[in-house]
Amino acid sequence: MPAQGWAGERDLAAEGKTIDALGQFELKTVLGPIGHSVGFTQSSAHMLLAVGLITLLVMYGISRQAVVPGRLQSLTESAYEFIQGLVIGQVGPEGKRFFPFVFSLFMFILFGNLLGLLPFAFTFTSHIVVTFALAAIVFVLITVVALMLHGKKFFGYFFPEGAPIWLAPIIIPVEIVSYLSRPISLSIRLFANMVAGHVMLKVFATFIVLLGGLGVAGPFIAVLPLTVNVALVGFEILVAFLQAYVFAILTSIYLHDAVHLH
Amino acid sequence: MPENKDFEDRLRKARERHGTKSGASGSGQLPQGGTWGVGFRAGVEVVSALIAGVGLGWLLDRWLGTWPWLFLLFFVFGGVAGVLNVYRLFNPRNAGK
Repeated sequence: MPAQGWAGERDLAAEGKTIDALGQFELKTVLGPIGHSVGFTQSSAHMLLAVGLITLLVMYGISRQAVVPGRLQSLTESAYEFIQGLVIGQVGPEGKRFFPFVFSLFMFILFGNLLGLLPFAFTFTSHIVVTFALAAIVFVLITVVALMLHGKKFFGYFFPEGAPIWLAPIIIPVEIVSYLSRPISLSIRLFANMVAGHVMLKVFATFIVLLGGLGVAGPFIAVLPLTVNVALVGFEILVAFLQAYVFAILTSIYLHDAVHLH
Repeated sequence: MPENKDFEDRLRKARERHGTKSGASGSGQLPQGGTWGVGFRAGVEVVSALIAGVGLGWLLDRWLGTWPWLFLLFFVFGGVAGVLNVYRLFNPRNAGK
């Protein structure tokens, strides 16, 4: 696999004495000519890796079923219970059947965010295409669920009861636009957080290299951006969890709206 | 400080009584975050509503051939929907019921 990610292209950036913060998001095909002909990029490879790791974790976690769980089993169980509590707490008991969906979504985004923090790795959640596709799945699901459960009554969602009827020409388009903006805000939130974090990491990483090459005093000054970067990596781990959590909880809130329709 | 705790308790109860407790019931609330987090969320809501409004207006215009009138109209609707989204961020729709 070619060198990717925020650490991978440092030398290149330092050679040109410029800060190339966006090069890390470029898509490149992997697996040689086969990958090239089908457009299999490092993004796709990391998605497969994330799915594989999640499957391994869950399969291993439930294989033992020890009364006193080991590390991986308790990790799996706590992730399961965390999302189960979230879905049932938000949607209510009817939310149980949406648990597999929200759990897969949460784990996929979480693993995407965390894998992207490893050196040479690629963050597939930093592409709006990916996050928008995930948000579009959520949007289609909540609309279909609402239509199946409530039929025509679903359209009453766009006009709150008790509002004066002459306001309908204003309220209905505004509510429709507000409803359509859900997948957009869902995808932009995740995408913007990941891009901002990785650009910051890259910029400060480039500062380290550029300052390090500044003669005798350089390496000493370069400690400053290095300190910042260490703090940023910790902060990015927090953001990785938080954004996966926010995506899952907003999905649950939207599912609540679809199930209860108010 | 007992008085302080007592006050917090009464405030929470009063909020529950009036249905102004933010967020839905049950576990798992949206993390509140700092002022930066709130500002970022509000910004995303406004921008995405504008994108949705402009996109919808543009598509309708292309379909009906009325460029640029529906685009302009839905630009305004997008702005209103953005304000509505920010309002809903702090006063969720289902909180009162």
